Amino acid sequence: TPNAWEVSPALRKMLGRIVFFLCLPSVLAAQLCKPNAAEGFKVRLSIKTALGDKAYEWNRNQRFLFQAAIAFAMSHHLDLEFNVSNILVCDETPRVSFWFVVTSPDDPSRLVGKESVELAVRASRGRINNILLLNDATLEFVGVLPTLAAPVKPATPSWLIVFGVVIGIVGAGIVFLLVSTVVQKKRKENEVAEEEDDDEEAQMKRTAGNEGIYNTSFSESDRNTQM
Amino acid sequence: MGEAKNPGTEERPKWDNKVQYLLTCIGFAVGIGNLWRFPYLCQIYGGGAFLIPYLIALVFEGLPLLYLELAIGQRLRMGSIGVWNNISPMLGGVGIASMVVSFLVSMFYNTIIAWVLWYFFNSFQNPLPWSQCPLNANQTGYSSECEKSTSVNYFWYRETLNITEDIGISGSLQWWMVICLATAWCVIYICFIKGIDSMGKAVYVTATFPYLVLTIFLIRALTLPGATDGLVYLFTPDWEILKKPQVWLDAATQIFFSLSVAFGGLIAFSSYNAERNDCERDALVVGITNSATSLYGSIPIFSILGFKARTNFNTCLEQNILTLTNHFDIAERNMTVENYDQWFDYLNVTHPGDIASLPLRVCDLQNFLDQSASGTGLAFIVFTEAVLEMPGSQVWAVLFFVMLLSLGLSSMFGNIEGVLTPLQELKLVPKWLPHEVLTAIVCLVSFLIGLIFTLGSGNYWVEVFNAYVGSVPLLIIAFCEIVGVAYIYGMKTFSEDIYFMTGRRPNIYWKACWMVISPLMLLVVFVAYVALQAGTYPTYPAWNPNYEDFPQTETKEYPKWVFGIIVALVVVPILSIPVVAVYNLIRCGIKKSSANVSGPNPYSNEAFEIETQERNTQSI
Repeated sequence: TPNAWEVSPALRKMLGRIVFFLCLPSVLAAQLCKPNAAEGFKVRLSIKTALGDKAYEWNRNQRFLFQAAIAFAMSHHLDLEFNVSNILVCDETPRVSFWFVVTSPDDPSRLVGKESVELAVRASRGRINNILLLNDATLEFVGVLPTLAAPVKPATPSWLIVFGVVIGIVGAGIVFLLVSTVVQKKRKENEVAEEEDDDEEAQMKRTAGNEGIYNTSFSESDRNTQM
Repeated sequence: MGEAKNPGTEERPKWDNKVQYLLTCIGFAVGIGNLWRFPYLCQIYGGGAFLIPYLIALVFEGLPLLYLELAIGQRLRMGSIGVWNNISPMLGGVGIASMVVSFLVSMFYNTIIAWVLWYFFNSFQNPLPWSQCPLNANQTGYSSECEKSTSVNYFWYRETLNITEDIGISGSLQWWMVICLATAWCVIYICFIKGIDSMGKAVYVTATFPYLVLTIFLIRALTLPGATDGLVYLFTPDWEILKKPQVWLDAATQIFFSLSVAFGGLIAFSSYNAERNDCERDALVVGITNSATSLYGSIPIFSILGFKARTNFNTCLEQNILTLTNHFDIAERNMTVENYDQWFDYLNVTHPGDIASLPLRVCDLQNFLDQSASGTGLAFIVFTEAVLEMPGSQVWAVLFFVMLLSLGLSSMFGNIEGVLTPLQELKLVPKWLPHEVLTAIVCLVSFLIGLIFTLGSGNYWVEVFNAYVGSVPLLIIAFCEIVGVAYIYGMKTFSEDIYFMTGRRPNIYWKACWMVISPLMLLVVFVAYVALQAGTYPTYPAWNPNYEDFPQTETKEYPKWVFGIIVALVVVPILSIPVVAVYNLIRCGIKKSSANVSGPNPYSNEAFEIETQERNTQSI
């Protein structure tokens, strides 16, 4: 009987090729994705800073979600169909940081250029952040500048509203006080016009009542008899 | 009969009650300076040790001056011009000088109130506008000026002041500042519309509200982390510092400017009192309350500064932690603020080369505590930054700025009173002009001239006015006041006046102070002040984004024309003192007679006074 290994050379070649191709992706991956790869990006996650007590554990499944998010961003930006297997992740650290590269869906041995990846990530940054429950500061793509959201500006700056309220109250107060002063003065003038007919005796009594001393030098009534 | 024919001569207004009078005087004395100058001085002059020169200055310089002003105002029952004309026609210029100084000070002081109003208006937003930097033109990052300094600095220098790089470059009128200044003057006007009737009611709120807010801040501040750092730092005495003469000089000037004497406002306020009022007790109350407020206010201020230092220190450490964590890929939260030192030492031993190459900041708590600030820097930069870290920032910001507003308003009342009352005594104002219109005219003119301070270079001008108008002229006026009363009016006559008002003669302490100690101290302070100023050419800190050491301020010298204006600001107010003296000398041809004051005085007809006194003695 022939030895199990004494198979035909053709079969041996085919087996070898199958093994080679099976190992190829991981070998390729190892070669394509490495720290400081030319077309790769370093990503840092600060999950505990972002979520505190609700922080999730970084494991295989979370990594899968990350790969899916990047695949989505690439598909969305380049309008090609990227698969999760096109996103290669390596060099994971306890920090939770890692490098990733993106391979082309047509040719898994070719990497997509850094600029395209950057543009794709920037375009869908908000979405990627939300998927991972992080934000621009806690999900860091080293080298990719975040697109800063412009601060919301209401139509009227709120300080003008407060100013309007204050100046309205003050202005109304001024007008009210001035008008009331004028009205009071008019009323007093009318009263005074009536008082002028008072007797001098009444005036003396009034001044004495206010604990003053009536100064008679300027009194109208003449002590001397008229000539 | 007199009432009907002459509507212009009204009887002198008077206070509703004693409390109103005391609150007005306390409000005038207690100003923003109590909060943003005194704690700073305490800090740089060895904490608790500074209290010694401060209290000595209060006892031997502050209280006597205060008592003097309140007494002569109450006795002679006129504003500053009338009072000094009464004491001696040669001293009439002192009153005019007081009025001019009050006018100039009220102009720039109201600008500070306008700034407080601006911050107050902006505190009703979430998030607070000084917490974030705005984006630059193409939205890729933050504005570079804001990044290099801080968002708080940026908000103050760029969005509030829109400051230019040089005092010579005026820039344009900043419209938002103009309307804030207009609001400030409207608020002043509405409080003064009926003279002290309306002002006296306003002062119930403006004089008491700061104490309420300070207490709230005290309770809040003491619960903040790092508060004890600040307090310990503030109050730890450094006795060595008392050997420096600068400390004593600053203590004396601080007391002097803090009590707001020589403005003429206190004289005007006390002239509305009843004739027999215990002004000695009033002076003691006002003086001691002023110093106590400074002390009380410095506790929450320094608790909050300590909190800010601690927060900055933690932020500094956390930045370092992030740098190290990212570089060495250590797991999150393994390195914390607490175990930073152990980690750092360990990493330094194992990877010294890496550590050296990383941009690590040196975090020193003492360094952060040393970042002291006074004046507008304290209120609008340091404090606003601290407020951002406190939960419920808007509430604290609003409370703080309303407190500053109250403090500023109550001081402005005194300044304006120091302008209005003498103006009416100068008899330049026609009789038919109602009081309301006169007040409106004064406010309007001050607003229009004060538009200078709303220019791009406005802040530099405020500094000029603050440093030169509010210093040397006041010292000279106060010196003339005390010498005038002690020697020209005569201590004997003055003692009699005080006996008439309070029922007891001033004791040896007051007399010694008035005659010798206080004038001497004022003279020494004045000479030292001038000597220090004259030594160097005056410079100012300019905010220049193009400066190589930005965000440090660039120290620039004042241009020659500004220097001329400075000299004018110092000389013009006090010019009236010698001018009026010489004018009277020439006109009357009377030698300075310090003995004959009780003789004929052309400015007061004593015929009725004697009669009144006789009647009083008869009735007693």
